Amino acid sequence: MMLTINNLQARVGDKAILRGINLSVKAGEVHAIMGPNGSGKSTLASVLTGREDYEVTGGDVTFNGKDLLSLSAEDRAREGIFLAFQYPVEIPGVSTVNFMKTALNQIREYRGEQALDAVAFLARMKEKMKLVEIDQSLLSRSLNEGFSGGEKKRNEIFQMAMLEPKLAILDETDSGLDIDALRIVATGVNKLRTPQNATIVVTHYQRLLDYIVPDFVHVLYQGRIVKSGGRDLALQLEEKGYDWIKAEAAAV
Amino acid sequence: MASDQRILDDLTSKEYEHGWSVDIASESAPKGLSEDIVKFISARKGEPDWLLEWRLKSYRKWLEMTPPEWANIHYPAIDYQSIIYYSAPRQKASPKSLEEVDPELLKTFERLGISLTEQKRLSGIAVDAVFDSVSVATTFRETLAELGIIFCSFSEAVREHPELVRKYLGSVVPPHDNYFAALNSAVFSDGSFCYIPHGVRCPMELSTYFRINAANTGQFERTLIIADEGSYVSYLEGCTAPMRDENQLHAAVVEIIALKNAEVKYSTVQNWYPGDKDGKGGIYNFVTKRGLCAGDHSKISWTQVETGSAITWKYPSCVLKGDYSVGEFYSVAVTNHHQQADTGTKMVHIGKHTRSRIVSKGISAGKSQNSYRGQVHVMKRAVNARNHSQCDSLLMGDRCGAHTFPYIDVENSSARVEHEATTSKIGEDQIFYCQQRGMDEESAVALIVNGYAKEVLNQLPMEFAVEAQKLLALTLEGSVG
Ligand SMILES: Nc1ncnc2c1ncn2[C@@H]1O[C@H](COP(=O)(O)OP(=O)(O)OP(=O)(O)O)[C@@H](O)[C@H]1O
Ligand SMILES: [Mg+2]
Repeated sequence: MMLTINNLQARVGDKAILRGINLSVKAGEVHAIMGPNGSGKSTLASVLTGREDYEVTGGDVTFNGKDLLSLSAEDRAREGIFLAFQYPVEIPGVSTVNFMKTALNQIREYRGEQALDAVAFLARMKEKMKLVEIDQSLLSRSLNEGFSGGEKKRNEIFQMAMLEPKLAILDETDSGLDIDALRIVATGVNKLRTPQNATIVVTHYQRLLDYIVPDFVHVLYQGRIVKSGGRDLALQLEEKGYDWIKAEAAAV
Repeated sequence: MASDQRILDDLTSKEYEHGWSVDIASESAPKGLSEDIVKFISARKGEPDWLLEWRLKSYRKWLEMTPPEWANIHYPAIDYQSIIYYSAPRQKASPKSLEEVDPELLKTFERLGISLTEQKRLSGIAVDAVFDSVSVATTFRETLAELGIIFCSFSEAVREHPELVRKYLGSVVPPHDNYFAALNSAVFSDGSFCYIPHGVRCPMELSTYFRINAANTGQFERTLIIADEGSYVSYLEGCTAPMRDENQLHAAVVEIIALKNAEVKYSTVQNWYPGDKDGKGGIYNFVTKRGLCAGDHSKISWTQVETGSAITWKYPSCVLKGDYSVGEFYSVAVTNHHQQADTGTKMVHIGKHTRSRIVSKGISAGKSQNSYRGQVHVMKRAVNARNHSQCDSLLMGDRCGAHTFPYIDVENSSARVEHEATTSKIGEDQIFYCQQRGMDEESAVALIVNGYAKEVLNQLPMEFAVEAQKLLALTLEGSVG
């Protein structure tokens, strides 16, 4: 098992947001997490990636045999967890190129690998640019500053391609993308799939799952996974909305 | 936020890298200041009478003046009688070649990464090295001399080019300009002198490197740069000092004259010892820098990266006298721990169609105070003057302060003066974003801060820019969470 989340609970201030999450992800799998607004999807992503605002109040998480929650945010990234942010952050004066060079070399150093020289880095960049059909001019601009919503999302996937994570968490990467961009991004994600890595896709829309076909679909509601199934669950949700799930959850 | 504070706390614990001192036999004046000391310094340097007179007049002026109190800095009154005003490494009066320079001294500069041996310097930067009160070596002089460029220590210029020195000394910063300029004019010990002849583009960066070594010693250097018509020079200044518990005074004066069509670019990376993290020790840096765009279409550009000193009081300015002349000021000032910086610029528009541009980036961390103070003065005659000022402040943590004091004074209605200011906090979001990509907190902060300061760092010559980036990171180490 690559990732095992066991009864994970977390809160912000006094507010309990995750209230006992259980989830297991194997290498090679794609899991989709759906659920109404405010159910805790982004919070789960934040807790897994080590954001400090969230206090873990119970449960544990194992990632490739390591106690994930005891690692710093940067070490989790270096161990191979990548989050494509729902709201990517602007860093004025720092280009994506420079940002990626710094990130990649720190990850490599952690893994005992040599820093990439400029030539090797550039070659890798060119290759990944093609994969997500992103323009070099965008990569030379200040990171996310003045990027359109779609450009920000595409840039996230470019970064994912550069860092080749073991586990990628895509938080609503489809929102804000036009139809062509959605296809390009999804195709990029698919090309990055290998039997050794896994993906968690957070989305509201079945449409993305037409491109990135999930092995499992989970519904998160009020801080718990209340229903899991195959990809047909996503179709059902598309058709019926969340009311029946909420009703089921209330009945328990 | 709590975690910001924690990062700030960790980042602020790094020690000063150049804090060592060397044992070099030196010859000093007795402590204190008097006419006799002024005479002593002048005699030591074998100066002509006119210069001694100039010094004495400055000294008498200084006695009548009081230290400025308008700056946003706080420090105990300086006891001017407890300072040593002259200290020179004991060596031949003026070394004719590097072979005559004390090898210990050469080693000191090597240790700072400044090689004075010309054949070793691949980078092609000519250096004048000033150790305590005197210039110890100037490199690449022959190469420069072939183009008619004079680049030497100030003392040497007094001996060999008295007519130039006499004509321009004090012409931009008169001795009575301010308290510290008057003090400097009385006791200045050495510094660099540079003259670029008519139509010559100086083919290499000229650089002065200042090092304070001796204890209880003040450093009062004087730099004079004259760019004759149609010439160009890029000038760099760097500095360090050992770690000492007591505060040391540095009061320098830099004067630049740009004649018609001339351009001077002056870059500083100021890294004097800032004091320890509790605010003990550190250099008091009271510096007067001013350039005169004397001729039409001349240009003077100041770029400074200020990371050191316990106190920085410094306003590199441009007097835009020639028509169509241009003044620029690009500044990054970082303060951490208990450092205080009050820095900025003054742009005085006298000529027609004069333009100035100000870009100031303040970064405050720890318990430091960082003030931008700038004045744009458009005089009556300055038809169509233009100024654009951008003053940004970045705060790290909530125990530091950032302040902006812009003064705008316009006497000609055709002028256009624009001022923009922003204050931001280094965001937890930004740091987390970097961490999520595998960077540790320190690298994240360094990256964000360098991005923030980029517009200014871009103005520096390549090599210096890399140094400056490292220095910014180092200064802020231990300061963000
Ligand atoms: N830092 C925070 N401070 C206070 N409340 C928070 C914080 N982060 C999340 N919450 C709250 O926790 C709940 C879950 O938020 P989260 O962002 O995880 O939802 P989500 O499932 O990703 O929603 P969406 O589909 O709208 O993206 C919401 O009620 C939100 O307001
Ligand atoms: Mg969300």
